[in-house]
Amino acid sequence: MNLTLKIWRQANAQTKGKLVTYQISDISPDMSFLEMLDVLNQQIILKGEDPVAFDNDCREGICGMCSLYINGRAHGAQSEATVCLLHMRSFKDGDTITIEPWRAKAFPVIKDLVVDRSAFDRIIQAGGFVSAKTGAPQDANALPVAKRNADLSMDAAACIGCGACVASCKNASAMLFTSAKISQLALLPQGQAERDRRALAMVKTMDDAGFGNCTNEGECEAECPKAIKMTNIARLFREYYRASIVSEEM
Amino acid sequence: MTVLDSKVPEGSLEAKWDKHKFDLKLVNPANKRKYSIIVVGTGLAGASAAASLAELGYKVQNFCFQDSPRRAHSIAAQGGINSAKNYPNDNDSIFRLFYDTIKGGDFRAREANVYRLAQVANNIIDQCVAQGVPFARDYGGLLDNRSFGGAQVSRTFYARGQTGQQLLLGAYSALSRQIGEGAVEMFNRREMLELAIIDGKARGIVCRNLVTGEIESYTADAVVLATGGYGNVFYLSTNAMNSNVTAAWRAAKRGAYFANPCFTQIHPTCIPISGDHQSKLTLMSESLRNDGRVWVPAKKGDTRPPAQIPENERDYYLERKYPSFGNLVPRDVASRNAKIVCDEGYGVGSTGQAVYLDFADAIKRMGKDVVAAKYGNLFDMYHHITDENPYEVPMKIYPAIHYTMGGLWVDYNLMSNIPGLFVLGEANFSDHGANRLGASALMQGLADGYFVIPYTIGGYFADAELANVTPDHKVLKGLEKEVTEKANKLLNIKGEKTVDDFHKQLGKIMWDKCGMARNAAGLKEAKEQIPKVRDEFWKNVKVPGNNGEFNQELEKAGRVADFLEFAEVMVIDALQREESCGGHFREEHQTEEGEAKRNDEEYAYVAAWEYKGVGEEPVLHKEPLTFENVKLTQRSYK
Repeated sequence: MNLTLKIWRQANAQTKGKLVTYQISDISPDMSFLEMLDVLNQQIILKGEDPVAFDNDCREGICGMCSLYINGRAHGAQSEATVCLLHMRSFKDGDTITIEPWRAKAFPVIKDLVVDRSAFDRIIQAGGFVSAKTGAPQDANALPVAKRNADLSMDAAACIGCGACVASCKNASAMLFTSAKISQLALLPQGQAERDRRALAMVKTMDDAGFGNCTNEGECEAECPKAIKMTNIARLFREYYRASIVSEEM
Repeated sequence: MTVLDSKVPEGSLEAKWDKHKFDLKLVNPANKRKYSIIVVGTGLAGASAAASLAELGYKVQNFCFQDSPRRAHSIAAQGGINSAKNYPNDNDSIFRLFYDTIKGGDFRAREANVYRLAQVANNIIDQCVAQGVPFARDYGGLLDNRSFGGAQVSRTFYARGQTGQQLLLGAYSALSRQIGEGAVEMFNRREMLELAIIDGKARGIVCRNLVTGEIESYTADAVVLATGGYGNVFYLSTNAMNSNVTAAWRAAKRGAYFANPCFTQIHPTCIPISGDHQSKLTLMSESLRNDGRVWVPAKKGDTRPPAQIPENERDYYLERKYPSFGNLVPRDVASRNAKIVCDEGYGVGSTGQAVYLDFADAIKRMGKDVVAAKYGNLFDMYHHITDENPYEVPMKIYPAIHYTMGGLWVDYNLMSNIPGLFVLGEANFSDHGANRLGASALMQGLADGYFVIPYTIGGYFADAELANVTPDHKVLKGLEKEVTEKANKLLNIKGEKTVDDFHKQLGKIMWDKCGMARNAAGLKEAKEQIPKVRDEFWKNVKVPGNNGEFNQELEKAGRVADFLEFAEVMVIDALQREESCGGHFREEHQTEEGEAKRNDEEYAYVAAWEYKGVGEEPVLHKEPLTFENVKLTQRSYK
């Protein structure tokens, strides 16, 4: 396959970026999208130019590191998969492909297609945990969890923290990410003791980081590589309102 | 050669750890605040250690090269974590878990360490549930178990096909809590490039800030490495792209012994290679062998689609050769048998380097929905990568490098031969011998981090005399200069081949000569070829950009430079070990039936290598392995 690539190049957070056009040929349909970028970078390096920076690590859809916005879609047009699982067989010979970084105020560009997602870590640090110190808790089976709740909790816990929800949202909202963690823990008995503090602290940190609000458009759910549902956002609102009423920490 | 002291405590196997814990000196709560600890890595071992140590009151600095601690490669573990809870009442016990693990490792691990691992495994499940890890449960709300290779009981706890992810996020959440409270200082996108030894003790590290390119020094009273394995020495492996040996190797170059580097694990169920462009290999969880059946056509070169090959013209070779374990033989046995049938010409797919893993019977027996609930995410991943639907056609699989049992040598306290340098998880060598059983890596990483290091590091501090050291110490300044000069040297070669070209070249040598099967002639060739590739690398590599900036090619170049030195020690280790055991299969040493043939008389020891300079022969130190509680037998899974 022969392709035209339009790739966002930006030296660092301080400088302005722009789309640069590259031609690439002899791409096999069996290659993954990132392997296609590897081929491009090998060619760029041998020409003595600066290769395209992009985050990636596991290349099997679980680490959440890869983060490309392809032809206007987070992780490209395929559903329920990260860009590292996107293969060139999804494209046609002669296609033009535009590749951009996640764009959000809370995710500043580090270089080219690499962004800083540490705001997500700060949201978890604010309350995305159960305060269970390492030690000798009760036997694991002393705490039965209804299978339905355990399954719903696992559905939410599948979030990989990639940021596609933020990138695809016109408000750059981190509601889906934040709600996935709040849901996971709110659905389990272990999460009850800190339920109110957690909801209030995580939402506050999310707002402070500069993420936008949710206006129920659903791009996040449509683009989430792990099919995290918007019902989690509804649960986040319930948790937040409940906490706002009962908590003394407002 | 010196004989290494493992510091295994006296007493019966069952009592060793309890007695040792009691004998370890304590640091009182107020004094803990005075001690600082550097933890490198945020996988299961690193994150659990950093969180647990901070909870105790120590000052912790934690480092990872990824953009967030949540991305460490433990996250990719799929299948599960072992523990002898005996919830299914199938006659499991701590001793049985210990026995299966030490036998699975082909009797090349330390008895006392493996027993301790089996003991604390129960606490791990309790701890993870308390953190809110959503393990699979039955309709009564209790935890579910499944079986894994090398065991005849169901002791594996799991969270769909994402167990590593859920356990890591549990440890990450505990770590995040400590970061939020200011008890852990977290440094993302930092790569450790040097270990500082001051007055004979590990006291600090030198890092590259991967965002700015600045070289930074950090000091502490002890350094804990939890930096994972070296599978990427083979270029193609199931490891993440950035997994590397650099932190461990730089420690080895400063005097830490590297133990059993030739013990590498080939995982039997990975997606086969599809072409030259391949950048990594993808694992399909071993749990699939619970319900999937492995087969090849009984006739050589049978190219009919699998559905058209009738039952009596298929060879379910694992079930045929190993009737009692069947498809659930340990990984080394399953891998080697896949290689044998493919080498004999029975392989399938376009390259002939693949075997079928078939779920047709499982779908018939349980229904598609049950299969989807158990393995759905793995089936989806396979579908995405290969464009074939495993609900309809059998998966094609082939072995690939997955895990490395070798690592830095540590004693019973998980301390290396350098005082104050502790090594946890895959980065050490201690618990898996020559072959790791499935669902044991997660167990070991968390055991080391949650339940071993928090006790043993206190014993070290209580006895150590530690002068005040700051990052402007001359040793650190000297190392900063070395690191900077090395980077500048790489950037100034301006040769004609890329870093990836050299990495691929090295990987091919290692896979061909030091991979699934090895022999003396091949290993000697590799020993000659590796220094040549290394010399060419330092003359002809092309690394673009500058040092003081975000530069992913420079990061890679440093890692490949280290692999090019480390690979030679691997080959030397494989050459000296004139026996077959577990994942180390020397073709010269096999039984008549083609199984690994150990030599317990001469090789029941840990080989720990002392670095003597690039291209210099390393010095071998031995730790004899004594077995007081298990009888060394030829492993049989028939």
